[in-house]
Amino acid sequence: MPGQSVGVVATQRAHFDQPLQLRSGGVLPAYDLVYETYGTLNAAKSNAILVCHALSGNHHIAGHYADDPQNIGWWDNIVGPGRPLDTDKFFIVGLNNLGGCHGSTGPSTLNPATGKPWGADFPMVAVIDWVRAQARLADLLGIDSWAAVMGGSLGGMQALRWSITYPDRVRNTIVIAAAPRLSAQNIAFNDVARQAILTDPDFHGGHFYEHNTRPVRGLRLARMLGHITYLSDDQMGEKFGRGLRNEALSYHFGVEFEVESYLRYQGDKFAGHFDANTYLLMTKALDYFDPAREDNGNLTATMARSKASFLVISFSTDWRFSPARSKEIVAALLANSRNVSYADISLNFGHDSFLMYDAHYHDVIDAYLRNIKL
Amino acid sequence: MTHTLGRPDFDLITAWIAPGDRVLDLGCGDGTLLRHLIDTRGVHGWGVEIDDANILAAIKNGINVIQGNLERPLDEFADQAFDHVVLSRTLQTVRHTEGILREMLRVGREAVISFPNFAYWKNLRSVLDGRMPVSEDLPYQWYDSPNVRFFTLLDFEALCDKMGLVIRERHVLDEEGNLVEHEVNFLGSLAVYRLTLKR
Repeated sequence: MPGQSVGVVATQRAHFDQPLQLRSGGVLPAYDLVYETYGTLNAAKSNAILVCHALSGNHHIAGHYADDPQNIGWWDNIVGPGRPLDTDKFFIVGLNNLGGCHGSTGPSTLNPATGKPWGADFPMVAVIDWVRAQARLADLLGIDSWAAVMGGSLGGMQALRWSITYPDRVRNTIVIAAAPRLSAQNIAFNDVARQAILTDPDFHGGHFYEHNTRPVRGLRLARMLGHITYLSDDQMGEKFGRGLRNEALSYHFGVEFEVESYLRYQGDKFAGHFDANTYLLMTKALDYFDPAREDNGNLTATMARSKASFLVISFSTDWRFSPARSKEIVAALLANSRNVSYADISLNFGHDSFLMYDAHYHDVIDAYLRNIKL
Repeated sequence: MTHTLGRPDFDLITAWIAPGDRVLDLGCGDGTLLRHLIDTRGVHGWGVEIDDANILAAIKNGINVIQGNLERPLDEFADQAFDHVVLSRTLQTVRHTEGILREMLRVGREAVISFPNFAYWKNLRSVLDGRMPVSEDLPYQWYDSPNVRFFTLLDFEALCDKMGLVIRERHVLDEEGNLVEHEVNFLGSLAVYRLTLKR
């Protein structure tokens, strides 16, 4: 891939004392957000791009840490000099959302009221809450208006929400592999994942920290299920087919097929570090996301509040948020005569395609970003 | 005679479009026509393209472009959303001819269509000589042509009549881009039409 990585990066932390009223009715009296920035904010503060993360992402978008060179950001392939999110031109901001488990205030951080981890007492957060918290980070950084807000999947939903809630603070919105609301099938998958966690005996009603344990089995199952929905059938067929770990069938419940080995590995890897309460919160935020609800389901009326220009991208093999879901967003924007371009990228990696390097996919984002006025 | 961007039909199309109009260009390619209409007419423009390379080129051109297939309904566009829906040198590449014509006049007030005339005398002579025509307006070999429908001005006008579409204006051009006034189905290489529904 062209361009270079941003190289060594460092995480920053901001503390906010102003209470945040949440969509669910709760209030966070104070909170921390961890974030990273790459590139330089120009004098006019007009070159800032906010990159919102998806279900399991965080603030570490690109580069690596001086003391941990193996820890490369989750979207490193698109950020850096000569890459679409060109750090010679743009100031890139990534943060860990509220309720996360990578340093921002969330279920695994201490509740100042009790001195113990929040656990299940952490209030339910919605996409609009994240966006409001992100707006406060923008205030702190002196950014009145983002050159662009972008993201894939749940990150794309935050970008969409930005354009609706803060129409004067977003000039361009890039929505990738997203949907304007989840389908029944989407919610169903999320609920099975949550049930896996909630019914794990080690979950302890969300207060597992006090029991010095973690609901690893439930989290592992949740991730295995989720992972299936991120991949395409074709890709799994090509990658694993009916391949066996050993040469012959052994007629037991251990690992026999390659795909079982892969999924269990992915489940173990994820369950080893991710917080189960965060997983529950993130999937609920997905389920609740439905900005058109404020307009009786009329997305066209909702998008009338946006002022930004849009780039909407879907992937041909994404069945979690299919191209048809992106087209719903495009149709609502067209009905409002908004500037919008839409690309349906032929890539074989299902929903996960948005994280992959593909020359055409990255060229489209690069071309769009090159034309925006700073 | 020199023409805008080397495309004589573009001059005619541009002349029909009023400043500030809302224009949809179906099969917009790299967005050259829309760029021209934005720069000279201040239109609000959107294009539809199927080809990845053209999508990229149109975005580079600063054009609103929607990736889509003209063989299918234009579901993302609302009824009567545009003043003009343009289909320049593309109708002959679309299999569902009636479908696209109906869709154009569903989403737009007026359809602007240009296409090569198969009955142009040089094309006819070529066929009489035993070879499929290759000309300024039909620039492909039979084996690499994107064209799937071959028709003449008279064929097109018969279809409009059958579909109840009203021809508001027609210009016919020769290979050099000069206007043809007489014997248009024989002397014309490219035709440009303005169509509406019956009002």
